[in-house]
Amino acid sequence: MDDGVRSEAATGESAITVRGLRKSFGGLPVYSGFDLDVRRGDILAIFGPNGCGKSTFINMAAGLMPIDGGSILYGGRTVRQTRIGYVFQNYREALFPWLRAEENIRYPLRRLGLPRREIDRRLQQLATDFQVRFDLRRYPYELSGGQQQLVSVMRALAVEPEVLFLDEPFSALDYETTLDLRALLQDVLKRLRVTTILVSHDLEESIALSDRLLMLTRRPTAVADDVAVDLPWPRTSHTLSEPSFVALKRRCLDVFEAAVAGRV
Amino acid sequence: MRAFLHPVLGAAGFVAVWWLATWLRVADPVLLPSPVDTWRDTVAEFARGPLWNDLLRTVWRTVQAFAIATAIGVPLGLALGARERVYRAVEFVVDFFRSTPASALFPLFLILFGVGEGTKVAVAAFGATLVILFNAAYGVINARRTRVLAARVMGAGEARIVWDVLLWEAMPQILVGMRQGVSLALVIVVVAEMFIGSTDGLGQRVIVAQALFESGLMYGVIFLTGALGYAFNLLFLVAEKRLVRWGGK
Repeated sequence: MDDGVRSEAATGESAITVRGLRKSFGGLPVYSGFDLDVRRGDILAIFGPNGCGKSTFINMAAGLMPIDGGSILYGGRTVRQTRIGYVFQNYREALFPWLRAEENIRYPLRRLGLPRREIDRRLQQLATDFQVRFDLRRYPYELSGGQQQLVSVMRALAVEPEVLFLDEPFSALDYETTLDLRALLQDVLKRLRVTTILVSHDLEESIALSDRLLMLTRRPTAVADDVAVDLPWPRTSHTLSEPSFVALKRRCLDVFEAAVAGRV
Repeated sequence: MRAFLHPVLGAAGFVAVWWLATWLRVADPVLLPSPVDTWRDTVAEFARGPLWNDLLRTVWRTVQAFAIATAIGVPLGLALGARERVYRAVEFVVDFFRSTPASALFPLFLILFGVGEGTKVAVAAFGATLVILFNAAYGVINARRTRVLAARVMGAGEARIVWDVLLWEAMPQILVGMRQGVSLALVIVVVAEMFIGSTDGLGQRVIVAQALFESGLMYGVIFLTGALGYAFNLLFLVAEKRLVRWGGK
């Protein structure tokens, strides 16, 4: 991390602060002293070769996996003290099929103990924000894959999270659906300035949806490159063919290939 | 229509073979009465009254045993399944007694509960509890990990997760356990009615009819127990379809 990022952490503008993170599996270290700061409102994409520990990181950050050492703090608080949202890759296994779509979205709000009227208000707001045109009273298994993942995203955003985690949210969807959902998601995330960590194995998606792209090396994981993505929002399908985007992607691919080859 | 027609054809075929066997005198009519005689004797017994009582007694005992087994087996199975390490520790004991023929436990339960109503219900409840517990625990152990994590991320505590996620995740398996449990309870109740000093119940009726060479009635009551078991099974199959609409999707 450069000093610029560090000083931001000191002024409290850092939404996520990782210091000296350690984690190993069966004696093999994945993280040994990993540092990271994420600015409030930023979408950080994490990209790297298979098994580099992308998902491990997001799971530890969300408190779903214990860490061996170091700290992951959100404005000085632990993940338990922070409102978070999490979108799983496998929406089929993440939604509750015994609840209607709208009840799935209400679920985290009920856990927060919000009054009924506030819960309904948020549900309406989300349906408007995401331009929902299907019936939310249907059950998840009656919806298409894209609709199910949209419900997952709405469920994660319902609590108005301070940090949103997206674990390969589009990898099980077809390309057309992915583009649609990506457009909706960036619109909402940028408007609400939700700090987001996106893990993806799709480089195009990582660039198109992020303010900053973290390229990771093989284990033990280190930062191969920390790329600022200064493309203007909103990013459309045209963005994907613009020279600045293509150049950025080229640069990242080079870093990625070096990371896979172990040259970084 | 076909789903209805096939079982009817099968049953008609069975009766036809039976009738043919009696017509050809394959066995002594005292050992194998005709379908018509069986029907006549059974209907007559119903008309006289006591068979209704026997049927109700057997159903009531089975229902009691099943209710006790469900009340114990489901919560205990859920709790044990949620703590997989604890379940692994008791798994052998559960499996062992689940595999023990319940009839072998009659003498023990006679000592514990005496010669009466309690023993029959208790043995049946014991056997059914283990089946239901085993299925509930496995339903929880095989719950989708992602759903548990999703609930945890959304702020659900451990008790909440059991109630909101694990119970539902295990629901299909719990219903399978309940279906097997009620069938087992019926089997044990009928056997208990035969051998543990009973004055009523279908099991007692079968053995008395046999002793008195009322073979038409004996066959009729056997079919009655079969119909009862089939009805219980069907009830739970329908319940599974209605309650677990998301199954396999």
